[in-house]
Amino acid sequence: MPAAFSARALAKRYGRVEALAGVDLEVEEGELVGLLGPNGAGKSTLVKIGCGLVRASAGEARVCGSPAGSHEAREAMGYLAELFRFPGWVSADELLELHQRLAGSTGGATEREDLLALVGLAEARRRKVEAMSKGMQQRLGIAQALVGRPRFLFLDEPTSALDPTGRRTVRRLLEELRGRGVAVLLNSHLLSEVELVCDRVAILSRGRLVAEGRPSELARPRGVEVDVDGATRLFEGAGREEAPRLVADLVAVGERVYGVRVLESTLEEIYLEAIGEHSEGHGEAS
Amino acid sequence: MIVGYALRESVRRKVLVVVLVLTAAFLGLYALGTEQAFDIVDEERFGPEGAGGAVDSRELAGATLFGLSMFGTLFLGTILAAFLTLGVVRGDAERGLLQPLVVRPIGRSVLLLGRFLAAAAVCGVYVIAVYAGALVITWAIGGWVPDRIAGPALQLAAAVAVVSALALLGSVFLTTTANGIAVFMLFGAGLVAGLLGQIGEVLGSETLTNVAEITSWALPFEALYQDGLNAITADSSGFTEIALDLGPFGGAQAAGPWLWPWTLAYLALVGLLAVAAFRRKDL
Repeated sequence: MPAAFSARALAKRYGRVEALAGVDLEVEEGELVGLLGPNGAGKSTLVKIGCGLVRASAGEARVCGSPAGSHEAREAMGYLAELFRFPGWVSADELLELHQRLAGSTGGATEREDLLALVGLAEARRRKVEAMSKGMQQRLGIAQALVGRPRFLFLDEPTSALDPTGRRTVRRLLEELRGRGVAVLLNSHLLSEVELVCDRVAILSRGRLVAEGRPSELARPRGVEVDVDGATRLFEGAGREEAPRLVADLVAVGERVYGVRVLESTLEEIYLEAIGEHSEGHGEAS
Repeated sequence: MIVGYALRESVRRKVLVVVLVLTAAFLGLYALGTEQAFDIVDEERFGPEGAGGAVDSRELAGATLFGLSMFGTLFLGTILAAFLTLGVVRGDAERGLLQPLVVRPIGRSVLLLGRFLAAAAVCGVYVIAVYAGALVITWAIGGWVPDRIAGPALQLAAAVAVVSALALLGSVFLTTTANGIAVFMLFGAGLVAGLLGQIGEVLGSETLTNVAEITSWALPFEALYQDGLNAITADSSGFTEIALDLGPFGGAQAAGPWLWPWTLAYLALVGLLAVAAFRRKDL
C-alpha cells in the first residue's frame, strides 16, 4: 500500500527565493501529521505542491501513489486552502453539489447532508455563503474538502477563523476521520491543537525539515519533580526511568514522598528548539 | 457544469439585471434617435430621393443609424465579455476562489474552456438580442432593413467571443485591473485601426489600409465588425454607396472568405495559449 502522501527531495524556488530545499516526508494511510514552522518556512508551498497548485522545481511528490497534480492524485485527495473564498451567491448545499460534480462524487443529497451535519451546518444548508460568519465559512470549507470521501486531506490552517467551540468540533472531526482511515496533513500555527490530535509532527524551517516524529519521541526529559514534606524537589535532567531510584533514595534518607512528576519538554519547546529560537514569550508558532 | 455555474453566477450576481436595464435604456435612446433622423429625412429638404435625388437618403440614414447600433452593440457586448472573464484566473486566484476548484479532478483545461463557453454563450446571445432589437426599431420607425440580416448578427457574436478569449488569456498573466485596461485598449486600438482603414480607402492611402488590414487580422473582432458593417449595405450602389463609404459606419471593407476560418483558428490559438499558460501557472 503506497503512502497517502510522500515527498522526496522536494524543492521549490521562486526566483531567488528558495521556498523548499529538498524535503522528505511521508504520511501513512490513516495517519494525522501536523506540519509546523514559522512564516515563510515553506509549509504552504509543500501543501500546494501536493495539491498540484504549484509545480516543484525538483524532487517528487505523490498522493496515494500517483504524482501530485495528476488526475488520479486529485481524485484521491481533498484540500482546504489557507486563504480560500467561496462565491457569496451560492448556498452551502449548492456549493457542495458543485464540488460533488467536480469531484465525480455519486454521494448525492445524502452525502451533502452528512457532511453539513458533520461540521455543524445542518441547519444552514440553504443559507448563502455571503450570509455566513467566517467561522461557518471555514466549517463549510472543511465539508467541501471532504466531498467525494478523499483518502487523503490537506488542511491548511483549518481552525484559523474558528472560536474554541469550532476548534473542538474540528478536533473531533479529525479524530473521526482518522478512525475512518483518512490520512491528514494538517498545517497549523496552533501548537496546542497539533499536540492534541496529531500522531506525528514535521517541523519545517527555511525550507528544510528540521524535526520529525511523534511528540513523545521528540520530547526530551527536563527532570523529575518530587513532592516531599513542605517542599518540591527538582532533579534536573533526570528521566522517567530514574524516578523509582530517586524516590527510593529519598525514602532511604527519611523523606516522606507525596507525589512524583516526570517532566518532559512541551511541543512548544520542541518546536522553538527545532527552529533555533528561544522559548521566551512564544505561545504559538508565528 | 462549469458553463451552468458561470451562467448562474451571472444571474445571481444581478449582472444580467443590470445589463438588461441598461440595454433597454440604450435601445430606447436608439429608438428616439432613429425617429428624429427619419423625421428629418422625410422633411422636404431631405426628401426620399435626397437633396439632389442621387443619394437614397433613407438608405443612408438607415445604414448609418444601424451601423451606429452595431457599434453600440459590440461595445456593450465587449464590456459584458470583459467583465465576465477578466478575473477568471489570476483575479480569482488572488481572491482564493480558484484554488478549491482547480484541485478537483476536472482539471484546469476544462475549467478554462467552460468559463470561455459560458462567457461566449452569454455575450453571443446578448449581442444577437440587442442586434435584433435595433433591427426591429429601425424597421418599425424608418422602414429600413439591412441587406444582410443573419450574417452581421453572427459576426458580432463571434467578435465578442474573440474578446472573451483575449480577456481569458490576459487573465492568466495580468491582475484584474491590468487585464481590464489591456482588453479595452485592444478594443479601442482595433476600432481606431478600422476607422483609419476607412480614411485610407477614401484618401487612397495604401499605408493606412495596410495598417488597418494587419490590425484586423491581428484582432479579428475588428474584422468581423467591419465585415458585418459592410454586409448591411452589400447591395448599395452609385452615389449612395459613395456617401456610405465616407461615413464611419456604413461603408466598411469586406474581409473576404478567410475571415471565418481565421476567426476559428484564432480562437483555437488563443485558447491553446491560455490553457498552456494556465497549466504551468503556480497558484
